[in-house]
Amino acid sequence: MNGGSPQPAVVARDLTRTFGPFVAVDRVSFEVRPGEIFGFLGSNGAGKTTTIRMLCGLLAPSSGSASVLGFDVATQAAEIKRRIGYMSQRFSLYNDLTVEENLRFWGGAYGLFGAEMAGRAEWAVVTADLEHSRHALVRSLPGGYRQRLALVAALLHEPPIVFLDEPTGGVDPEARRRFWDLIDELAAAGKTVFVTTHYMDEAERCHRVALMHAGRLLALDSVPDLKSVFPQGTVVEVTCGRPAQAMARLEELPGVVEVALFGERLHVVLGDPAVGASLARSLDAVGCENATVRAISPSLEDVFIHVIARAEGEAA
Amino acid sequence: MLRRTLAIAVKELLQLRRDPRTALTLLGMPMVMLLIYGYALSFDVQHIRFAVVDQDGTRASRDVAQAFLQSGYFDLVSQGRDPRVLDTLFDSGRVQAALVIPSGYGVDLAARRSTALQFVLDGSDSQTATTILGYARQIVGSVSPVIRKNARDAAVAPVPLVWYNPDLSSARFLVPGLLAFILMVTSVIATALAVVREKERGTMESLRATPLVAIELLIGKTLPYLLLASGAATGALVIARLLFDVHVRGSLVWLAAVTLLFLAASLGWGVLVSTVAETQQVAFQLGLLSSMLPTFILSGFIFPISSMPPALQLITHLVPARYFLTALREIILKGAGPEVWWNQAVGLLVYGAVVLAVATARTVRSL
Repeated sequence: MNGGSPQPAVVARDLTRTFGPFVAVDRVSFEVRPGEIFGFLGSNGAGKTTTIRMLCGLLAPSSGSASVLGFDVATQAAEIKRRIGYMSQRFSLYNDLTVEENLRFWGGAYGLFGAEMAGRAEWAVVTADLEHSRHALVRSLPGGYRQRLALVAALLHEPPIVFLDEPTGGVDPEARRRFWDLIDELAAAGKTVFVTTHYMDEAERCHRVALMHAGRLLALDSVPDLKSVFPQGTVVEVTCGRPAQAMARLEELPGVVEVALFGERLHVVLGDPAVGASLARSLDAVGCENATVRAISPSLEDVFIHVIARAEGEAA
Repeated sequence: MLRRTLAIAVKELLQLRRDPRTALTLLGMPMVMLLIYGYALSFDVQHIRFAVVDQDGTRASRDVAQAFLQSGYFDLVSQGRDPRVLDTLFDSGRVQAALVIPSGYGVDLAARRSTALQFVLDGSDSQTATTILGYARQIVGSVSPVIRKNARDAAVAPVPLVWYNPDLSSARFLVPGLLAFILMVTSVIATALAVVREKERGTMESLRATPLVAIELLIGKTLPYLLLASGAATGALVIARLLFDVHVRGSLVWLAAVTLLFLAASLGWGVLVSTVAETQQVAFQLGLLSSMLPTFILSGFIFPISSMPPALQLITHLVPARYFLTALREIILKGAGPEVWWNQAVGLLVYGAVVLAVATARTVRSL
């Protein structure tokens, strides 16, 4: 892919996992470069967690292969577990232990002890901004702090790569922002971060994003490159009084590729930017008067919807 | 390996300390149960509500009645000459047993003729009735040779000599059984809950992503409960000594060794239960049923194994309490050394090894 760069942190080749007749992950292939923030974006049930669990050696692939830091996930799970950090979707700390007790336990589970343990625990407390709560029960911490603690707990043994499975579930936007600042710091320090999310704003902060839908990997690129599937001026936002009706009308128009409803507004993808000018008139004709049409830069969500629609169109 | 196991054990201890109710329950419940069962589960029948109908009214008849009352088992409720009152006394439940001395008893004895006493029993509780009948036989038997001796007619009477438990106290017989029963139930449930709790909270998933392997996890998790259960066992033995006068005749070291073997086996069973159960509720039910019933019925705790049908006797070999109980009775009651009960210890060892191996294999598969 990019010659001369070091060995990829993660390599997946046709990675597949089935549960009975259900194909949770379907022939997924990708590479994660060392030091990047690699986002796995998809709705619930897209196969993100199944993929991450296979990469962490928690679940055997049904077919295909994957390696993490050069170790095969199917045969060298023990080697992998020693070298990675993992933050599961479910909260992974003990509520009835204090911050420090949790850190000491998770460090101990990786074989840390003595001065090294103390040093890493101190690093974790400072990094997670929990200096004043080190003897507080985890139960009593606000959600955002707990999430940060779970992250630093997964980093005690200084793994070069960390897997985060929907790490910000259920915390407020401000806490999410602070959590992502921490992720940026980790990447800046050279760690590889593999993170799944279904939040578009979080995906925007990743260096590269893989779009997953129904077990398939539909697209993988940097955020600007993903957005460049739409030529300049082909995404417009339409605001009008009766969005549902307008949506039905717009979908019939020639030159309109896709219409998606975002609250009260419509995002319309055009085959040709020139079509944009005629949209307002077409809407007037069906009683959606005073519609405003303006060109916007596409969001990741537009890309996501577009890619899914295209994939389903191909399948049909 | 050792460090990771220790990390788990320390964590488990911290959690126990944070949850003193569980710790106290585990520590205290065996003693409370011993108190309750020790007093309630006595096979000794005492304070038998007793009526005497003396139609004879001689010195001899009064001697027999007195012998019953002085035995300490019978409480006199009613005394008279008319046997017809017995119907209402028994029907209303005011009396459990009655002695009827027919007229002519004293005369017959004086004349060295054979004579009869009538003993009436409420047989609705057959176990109690059998015990009372045993007492009555003993008392009458103890009275008649005396009478015969007075009549200068030597008679041979059997003199029972009971070893190990001379006064046939049920407590002495039951305490080892209770000890096994209580330790089994609490240790199985405690470990099963401790493991399943991790599954329920979702921390198991994170534990699995660490380099921890199944055996480290299992040993680390059971070690604190082993300590706690040993404390509970010691407490129960102290109570048994203070309240039920059960002294350990054998070596305390051997007792501790056998108890540890048994605890390891039952903790292993608890882990096995936890690999089947997904929720704490299921783990509790499963742990309770699978430890309580076999220990109660198939270990020889109450029902002697030797009087079971052969098929059932075979099944008892799957109950760890069976081995423990046999060894425990040998050590506590007889003061026997390992040369007597070594095969029981081997039984426990094999059982524990098999159960722990299966539990580890199952945990590995789920890891």
